[in-house]
Amino acid sequence: MVKRENERIPVSQQAHVVDKPKDLTNIGGTVSVQINEKKITVPLGTTILEACQLNQIHIPTLCHHPDLCIAGVCRVCVVEVEKMRTLQTACSFPIMSPIKIKTSTEMVRKARRHIIDLLLSEHYGECYSCFRNGNCELQNLAKEYGVDNYTFGHVQSPRYEVDNSSAAVVRDMNKCVLCKRCVRTCIDFQEVGVLEAIDRGHDTHVGTFLDKPLADVVCINCGQCINRCPTAALRANDPSDEIWTAIDDPKKHVVIQTAPSPRAAIGEEFGQEPGKSFTGELNTALRRIGFDRVFDTNFTADLTIMEEGTELLTRLKKALVDKDQSVKLPQFTSCSPGWVKYIEHFYPEYLDYLSTAKSPQQMFGALIKTFYAKEENIDPADIVTVALMPCAAKKFECNRPEMYDSGFKDVDYGLTTREMAKMIREAGIYLPEMPKSQFDDPFGDASGAGLIFGATGGVMEAALRTAYELITGREVPFENLIIEPCRGFEGVKQASVKLENCVEQYKFLEGVELKFVVAHGTANAKIVMEMLKNGELNDVHFVEVMACPGGCLGGGGQPIPTSAEIRKKRAEAIYEEEATLPIRKSHENTHVTYLYEKFLTDGPCGKLSHKLLHTHYVKRGKYIS
Amino acid sequence: MLVLEKNALSEEIESLVNQFGKERSALLQILQAIQRKHKHISDFAQQEVARMMEIHPVEVNSVVSFYSFLCTQPKGRNIVRLCQTISCDMAGKEKVEETVQRELGIKFGQTTKDKRITLEFTNCLGMCDQGPAMLVNEKVYTKLDPETAINILNEIK
Repeated sequence: MVKRENERIPVSQQAHVVDKPKDLTNIGGTVSVQINEKKITVPLGTTILEACQLNQIHIPTLCHHPDLCIAGVCRVCVVEVEKMRTLQTACSFPIMSPIKIKTSTEMVRKARRHIIDLLLSEHYGECYSCFRNGNCELQNLAKEYGVDNYTFGHVQSPRYEVDNSSAAVVRDMNKCVLCKRCVRTCIDFQEVGVLEAIDRGHDTHVGTFLDKPLADVVCINCGQCINRCPTAALRANDPSDEIWTAIDDPKKHVVIQTAPSPRAAIGEEFGQEPGKSFTGELNTALRRIGFDRVFDTNFTADLTIMEEGTELLTRLKKALVDKDQSVKLPQFTSCSPGWVKYIEHFYPEYLDYLSTAKSPQQMFGALIKTFYAKEENIDPADIVTVALMPCAAKKFECNRPEMYDSGFKDVDYGLTTREMAKMIREAGIYLPEMPKSQFDDPFGDASGAGLIFGATGGVMEAALRTAYELITGREVPFENLIIEPCRGFEGVKQASVKLENCVEQYKFLEGVELKFVVAHGTANAKIVMEMLKNGELNDVHFVEVMACPGGCLGGGGQPIPTSAEIRKKRAEAIYEEEATLPIRKSHENTHVTYLYEKFLTDGPCGKLSHKLLHTHYVKRGKYIS
Repeated sequence: MLVLEKNALSEEIESLVNQFGKERSALLQILQAIQRKHKHISDFAQQEVARMMEIHPVEVNSVVSFYSFLCTQPKGRNIVRLCQTISCDMAGKEKVEETVQRELGIKFGQTTKDKRITLEFTNCLGMCDQGPAMLVNEKVYTKLDPETAINILNEIK
């Protein structure tokens, strides 16, 4: 819908994307180049790196990332271009004339080796105790170029203090090699603007505004920087030691809830191709690790739909029937803790637009320590709730002071996909070979609507399936319940459904065209918020925003690497799994109905659900003092 | 910082942004104007510049921290920068340095108590043939010896 160039980035740094037709000879504007001995034809403007990748010529890269704009700062990708005096960086050299390129001459090899040696001379490499051991791009480069001694020395002791002020993201600048991927992620990709290069020359380091601790700046904890970092300079705050302690304590009843996105991605940590879900296998693995119960976060995703949907209908009724001017529409989703913190920092005046419903993770925590504790007759003080999430911000969310509605800390620990994989490996389990098993009762299996929360547009799709049916009594008018406008990776999606022949209770919505907007990544959220400011969203009713590109499946806690292609495959895995489920609408989830009958007896958005399942937000603002 | 001061600073920055424009290339001019007037660019000023230019505060911070002539902490009314690069060093910079420090009773990197002068080193001023060189605010003095240096300092208000 909205096509917007990122005007902030200087032209020279804009992401370089050249559409590549299948048959290159069919279009004009191609150029023939010779790479090593091979003659190839590429569209004008293709970078040397892209040309080489298309032709199976390997060029090492470090600062280059497919999601980010070109930087050309690490120099690892240098190649020899004929008639050029110096070596050129392949990633930032657009081919505009028939040139001759050599990718493996003596000069190139020596230069690359020197560059890697120089990078290593600044890097505090404590590989054994590093969480990226085995998945470190610098380590791989050192191996690839056969580094057998430190020509320019090696850092012997840490020079910077590790910043672990944030509940979600830990910064260890000792491992930073100044590739500035995190800077480009934070400033251009997510447009949050926390990290930038500070100082000059030898003193240069990646820092925050005034070098404040991460907890004191506008970081939204999305963790996208962690996913882009080639080394371990950025990592998530790992609570696995505490979780092991809880598991090993016989008095503690440790339950885990698993979100849909980690299940679609955790296989990657075990060497599997992206795009395969390991839900059943993961359940077994978690039980073998020692978790007492394994629950499905999708259950509370269904509950979120009920709560958020009811809230939306209430707001619509107030606006349309009571003509209440103070009602804030459109209603924004509040499932993504990164997005919640983003709006708290950057648009605090619009907090009332946000749904008050908690995220599925927090709803589950509150229910486990109340409803479940009562049903199973367990003292909630002995229950430890762990949440397996694709997300770094969930760690921050579960530590928010508002999240103690059950009388205890609702969710004790947020665990990322990567940390879970580590725990599984530590327990001596090879995930792909596990037998499959089901989730535990009383929350049982969830609907497909909950499952697709993991992909961008999923919350909207799930909400529409339920809302449309509640309002009209009929299934949503899309083939096989697949609401196509919600799917896909376009930055901002907009669509509408016309409500006709409504049931008696919702007659006031007769003829209303229900309009919705879906955005993912905070850069797109910013576009949506500016649209809201300019009054372009006045006729829109519901907006879904996910802080991470691609939705949760591209979250900051997901396996490294993540790219557009991998995100697409994970989405396919989620949608495929969803299509096979017997129940695909949240309101048809019998466990949800049971919960409303037995526990939350005053219904969705009732008194008890307001206490346990809804929350409030903090006006944080973006000024740092 | 008082609210009144903040408002005055905001207005000032706004007029600077109107004058120089919102392009990223205008950032340095705006920062230099603030630096010239206030002798430093405060945290608040950096954030206001960022807000009005629609960039991130940390980007402004990055630029401020990159350039030696921009600073975040208040300095004296006059900034005296002595060239520390090799030609000036060999031409007798050290003697000038010692005399100046003794005369003002402060070390390089410090500000006099009356906020009159801040002493700093600078890298090459391009006056290698006329060293030792010294920059007082925006004026260059060359071929210094301890005596002329003190005379120059005494003339500064």
